[in-house]
Amino acid sequence: MVDFFQSRDINFLKEKARQVRVAILKMLTEAGSGHTGGSLSSADIVTALYFYKMRHKPNEPQWEQRDRFILSKGHAAPLLYAVLALSGYFDVELLKTLRKLHSPLQGHPSSKLLKGVEVSTGSLGQGLSIANGIALGLRLSKIKARVYCLLGDGEIQEGQVWEAAMTASHYSIDNLCAIVDLNDLQIDGRCSDVMKIDPVAKKWEAFGWHVFQINGHDLEEIVETLDSAEKIKVKPSVIIAKTVKGKGVSIFEDKVEYHGITPTLKELEIALKELGENG
Amino acid sequence: MGSITQDVEANGERKDFFNISIATRDVYGETLAELGALNKDIVVLDADLSSSTKTKKFSRLFPDRFFNIGISEQDMICTASGLSLTGKIPFASTFAIFATGRAWEQVRQTVCYSNLNVKIVATHGGLTVGEDGASHQSLEDLALMRVLPNMTVIVPADGFETKQVIEEIVNYVGPVYVRLGRAKVPPVMPESYRFKIGKAYIFNVGLDVNIIASGIMVSMALNAAQELRTQGVDVGVVNMSTIKPLDTEALLMVAQKSKFIITAEEHSVIGGLGGAVSEFLSEVYPIKIKKVGVNDSFGLSGKPDELLEFFGLTNKRIVDMILKELS
Ligand SMILES: Cc1ncc(C[n+]2csc(CCOP(=O)(O)OP(=O)(O)O)c2C)c(N)n1
Ligand SMILES: [Mg+2]
Repeated sequence: MVDFFQSRDINFLKEKARQVRVAILKMLTEAGSGHTGGSLSSADIVTALYFYKMRHKPNEPQWEQRDRFILSKGHAAPLLYAVLALSGYFDVELLKTLRKLHSPLQGHPSSKLLKGVEVSTGSLGQGLSIANGIALGLRLSKIKARVYCLLGDGEIQEGQVWEAAMTASHYSIDNLCAIVDLNDLQIDGRCSDVMKIDPVAKKWEAFGWHVFQINGHDLEEIVETLDSAEKIKVKPSVIIAKTVKGKGVSIFEDKVEYHGITPTLKELEIALKELGENG
Repeated sequence: MGSITQDVEANGERKDFFNISIATRDVYGETLAELGALNKDIVVLDADLSSSTKTKKFSRLFPDRFFNIGISEQDMICTASGLSLTGKIPFASTFAIFATGRAWEQVRQTVCYSNLNVKIVATHGGLTVGEDGASHQSLEDLALMRVLPNMTVIVPADGFETKQVIEEIVNYVGPVYVRLGRAKVPPVMPESYRFKIGKAYIFNVGLDVNIIASGIMVSMALNAAQELRTQGVDVGVVNMSTIKPLDTEALLMVAQKSKFIITAEEHSVIGGLGGAVSEFLSEVYPIKIKKVGVNDSFGLSGKPDELLEFFGLTNKRIVDMILKELS
């Protein structure tokens, strides 16, 4: 069904996730601005989607039967660009143009400029509603594809997310899987300090969702949960993935300041060494 | 798509709403229901106002293609966007102020930035909402929609035009905002009229003054013109139903014949039709432009006619303004 290599092999996925992190760090350092922490925290989940779970065709981005991925937390654009490039939507060389004038790799994803981006995002809180609409449209057209939507934990403070949560449940949208990147950080600090979101799982349950709670860096658990979520019928499902912001580079991990700043050349060197990347 | 000239029912009754007084929202409801049978890609969303916006008929006929999203306009606009991404043609309806005000950023970020094929058809535009008062009257919607790149903004003047607008936008790919009204409006457009996006209808060209009007103000402009003609004033009237893209060719042509221009709309004088006309003419053909509209204020409760009178959206106001300018 796909025309490039996808696998459930955990070692393969770990290696892909490592490459994704390396690509993110390199492009962000080159760009000199952008969102490091939230790109790294979702890297394992999104790698599992693009290199295992989702049916998609990098050389036919508009393939009607494809599974769709909506990056509601659009500031994690570098992560999306990394998986798109590594799965063959465009040349990895293009990653070097991130955020530069006339680059298709805008600071936040633009569907008009880059193939593989389903819809433009960047303003938090809108993606889940869009995902619902796509899922409803696919259902009406009797297309079996699934829709995945990645949200930040700070993002779920947006009221529209809960409007969409109601809609998904009301219309029994079961070809949809939301994923919340629970890294307990947003821009101004810990979510619990800025605006308490707890109890997260109970909220989604109360809105009529089937809830999975997992370690968002355990690829074994991620792939198993993505498989299980597909079997949930009548209800929408949400994966609440406990993560560490900045995951994979110890100097960035769980540090609020690395939300929106990029590595210095020195930090890049340390980070690449830690990720086992030479040069 | 049934052409409107063939839309005559078996009993000979016309279905094109030509020459009848009717609220444009009623025409929308009927037209949508009719188009729903012809085009299976049409889906409709509403935010708990389907009996007022008249999408209810569609919902009864095609329940699987109708989504009541509840009182959540932001969610509605983005859900419509998602549906458009699967090739559906979504019509999203609620009151004008909620569609364009509450959900403005969703319209900007998701519909317009991604240039999606979403039709926002809002009812209850302007003062003629009546008794519900300022909270429900929209005097800012045209300004809010007009400023957005990729957006097309249309205000039909009567039932006959409304039907054609709804039919036309099904075939146009891209974001569209259509503003409809709650109250009945008199027929104004001639039988030969065919709506095209971006094309103004020139009733006649005046050598003293031309009135550029939209929506319910077209009928007032025609009445004012008739009265002024009896006093020897040469007045022209233009129905500028597409506010964006503006028919600049027609506008320039009538401006060049005029001593001055009057704009007339059921909207704030800031940022709507008057704003669009002024922005264009000030650059290419500076000419005096007087605006009839609501002067930077909120509305009030009252009967539609009382409100129009109080806020000066009347034939008489247009007549007085023109006579004053000419004297
Ligand atoms: C509507 C909106 N408000 C504010 C912002 C600015 N902003 C960008 S990222 C961010 C914090 C997001 O935190 P979270 O959702 O937890 O993302 P993550 O921690 O995964 O990076 C904010 C406030 C925005 N992009 N959109
Ligand atoms: Mg977070």
